[in-house]
Amino acid sequence: MTTLACDVAIVGAGPAGLSAAVHAADAGLNVALVDAGTQPGGQYWRHPDESHPVPDEGEGHHGWREFTDLRSRLYAHETTGTLTYLRGTQVWLIEPARPAGVVLRLAPATDPAPAAGTVTARHVILCPGGYDRQLPIPGWDLPGVMAAGGVQALLKGNRTAAGRVAVVAGTGPFLLPVATGLAHAGVKVAAICEANSPTGWLRNAGGAVRAPAKALEGVEYATALARHRIPYKIRTAVTAIHGTDRVESVTLSRVDAHGTAIAGTQRTVACDVVALGWGFTPQLELVLAAGAETTVDVDGSLIAVVDDRLASTAPGVTVAGEATGVGGAPMAVLEGELAALCVSEALGVAAAPGGPASEGRIRALQRDRARLHRFAVAMHRANPVPANWQDWLTPETLVCRCEEVTHGALCDAHTELGAADARTLKSFGRPGMGWCQGRVCGFAVSEIAARFANRPTSADDLRSMAKRSLAAPVTLGQLAALDFDDVHEG
Amino acid sequence: MSLPPTADVVVIGAGATGAACAYFAALAGLRVAVVERGAIAGGTSSACEGNILVSDKEAGPELALAQYSQHLWRTDLAEFGPLWEFESKGGLVVSARPGTQENLAALAERQRAAGIDVELVDGPDLLRLEPLLFPAMAGGAFYPQDAQVQPMLVVAHLLRLARGLGATVHPDTQVTGFVRSGDAVTGVQTTRGIIAAPRVVNAAGTWGGAVAALARVTVPVLPRRGFVMVTEPLPVTVHHKVYAAEYVDNVASSDAGLQTSPVVEGTDSGTILIGSSRERVGFDKTFSPRVLAEMAGKAIALFPFLSDVLALRSYFGFRPYCPDHLPVIGPDPRAPGLWHACGHEGAGIGLAAGTGALIAASLTGAQPALDLSPFVPERFEEPLHA
Repeated sequence: MTTLACDVAIVGAGPAGLSAAVHAADAGLNVALVDAGTQPGGQYWRHPDESHPVPDEGEGHHGWREFTDLRSRLYAHETTGTLTYLRGTQVWLIEPARPAGVVLRLAPATDPAPAAGTVTARHVILCPGGYDRQLPIPGWDLPGVMAAGGVQALLKGNRTAAGRVAVVAGTGPFLLPVATGLAHAGVKVAAICEANSPTGWLRNAGGAVRAPAKALEGVEYATALARHRIPYKIRTAVTAIHGTDRVESVTLSRVDAHGTAIAGTQRTVACDVVALGWGFTPQLELVLAAGAETTVDVDGSLIAVVDDRLASTAPGVTVAGEATGVGGAPMAVLEGELAALCVSEALGVAAAPGGPASEGRIRALQRDRARLHRFAVAMHRANPVPANWQDWLTPETLVCRCEEVTHGALCDAHTELGAADARTLKSFGRPGMGWCQGRVCGFAVSEIAARFANRPTSADDLRSMAKRSLAAPVTLGQLAALDFDDVHEG
Repeated sequence: MSLPPTADVVVIGAGATGAACAYFAALAGLRVAVVERGAIAGGTSSACEGNILVSDKEAGPELALAQYSQHLWRTDLAEFGPLWEFESKGGLVVSARPGTQENLAALAERQRAAGIDVELVDGPDLLRLEPLLFPAMAGGAFYPQDAQVQPMLVVAHLLRLARGLGATVHPDTQVTGFVRSGDAVTGVQTTRGIIAAPRVVNAAGTWGGAVAALARVTVPVLPRRGFVMVTEPLPVTVHHKVYAAEYVDNVASSDAGLQTSPVVEGTDSGTILIGSSRERVGFDKTFSPRVLAEMAGKAIALFPFLSDVLALRSYFGFRPYCPDHLPVIGPDPRAPGLWHACGHEGAGIGLAAGTGALIAASLTGAQPALDLSPFVPERFEEPLHA
């Protein structure tokens, strides 16, 4: 049973959390880093098992040197004991400590389970990251249909491609590394379907001058698409997926600026893998459980409200990375450092000797963050979820796969029973009540409810699908064994 | 939908009780308007287990109301049962110790005298009914009439049926005051306008006391917080509603401190619901791991296999209770034109059917099927004796 008291607890060891942990330890804070994974890097820097080293560990990655630098500093801090790294561990509950600080209650995320327990921290930095935002379409429940991020995770973590012929569809620049990654693994990519017509950085890579690293990535992908002869189709969507036991083909439709399929443009493409990506959405249960305010971001996702020092509205809770607004790994790394410096200042710990003056560094990071934020906003505006995506649904389309709730059933819950918001739709129709607790269908259900009510999707719709009393599953045996005397005074 | 300027009856609150009042009143031919400050089924009805129980009640007026409700759920409302997933699963009350079993047997005897179906069960028969139960229980009692519904669907469909009979339903419409003519209530003022009506029903559940206060009458409905946990879906299940005999004592208790007693039952979707807790903490919405820990420990004592089962979520609701643990049902002589139908504590879903039918009879001047005197709203005017 872990019972730990520390200056700062950091939840998540992806780009933001890893950066926050290293910089907080650099600043002299006593750090606990809690992460569900067995090795650092999160989803973005997911890599093969470190205990069986491979020579080209960083293949297919961006910013790999930055990662390995952070990782070696992490392990160095772990060795000296300034930092405790709790691997394979999830936080199922976050509570205020008395008289101040935060208590995290832990549950194992992996099997065999590490000991559960409690971390009491003077301050917590939540870096939960994001996951694939998904939209239901007819046939998306067939084997062979995957979230784009899931395909990427297989490629990065297991070096596995999921089939022979793929269609990659959705919106946003993330479709490109997924497609080129598949091609590199020997999969024929029949098409990339971009629902929007981004005026941004692929067709006009020089336009991304405000983010030069991104511009370079754009050139790299354009070259890779050409080399692998991957067709890149704009204003095109996969509007249906077909197959009996697994994916056999998809229907591609040309769509207008709102996502409405244009009659007569449908064609069928054979494939055995479909990677669907509609951008990412933050993992917000801990932010919500901490009682922090949330709002709807420009991309339609629910995000934490933070100030320019990344403090949330909940006392002792700072948030960094995708949960403050999806902005990509470089911004997450920056926010991790910014959060660590601001928290160390708040806790009255001076910057490490020889390091840059903390306040000056904070201002520089805030300026860089503002620049990256503008870029992220431009990307979100160029790649919105199509307003009329619900037109692709049929009454039989499963919206919630866990509870097998169809779009027709949700329509009935509205027209027959009067559900006009996401919470009521969930009460009457059960979407989001199953295994994943709405992590997959939450965004879609919120949008569907709002459309029923003929209004924009509200933060309340999104909150009611994102709020989870238990941030992670916990066994009843662990609950029963909870010890309430193990919480150090914060 | 805009508010109607007039109605025969305005029902305040779109939970199970309000929906049942609306349905039976509309069925009786009244033009009904339901006003709800939030979303339909957005209060306690969406934060409970959907119990329709007779097993947990001592012989007396509440049991009589429960029996009348049983009758309505199983007859007048039977054709709609599948819509709200009515399941007559039966309740199994178990005793860990011989002394408890003696008390349970005595309770069962009184209930049987009042007309309840109940049979005492010994140890081996307990395992036949629930093979996963801890094997060394002293005994139990089986109540075949205990049933369960999906409470949000009860509300939604009763309101749908009421609309089919001409009722209108207005969510996001909060009552801010009453229209009065002398003492008489002649309508409601809401955030979206006024509805004139000669009859108004306060079915605001846990918030019924606040609504009554708007009419300058006292109805002492207080919140009592209760948690429920939901497990992962499982291939094995618990077939009945299984609870420990101490639950009956806790239900009837007025203790302010935390009380937990294990209530375990399977659902159609494969999840297992675990209750129960009671604490008087006002409308405190702070999540309490201590409560879950106690509930988990006691549930495991009933069903050891639960130790390795994952809890996926939990929720809590505020049960509306009155100091004498009886609901408030009937016209209020202090404010003619105002009826109350609130304060059903943890039994509101089951008692909704009977309450709705009694209110409809009272509204139309018919003879209610039960004597309403134990439930009269002015009973709290007299000093309470502990």
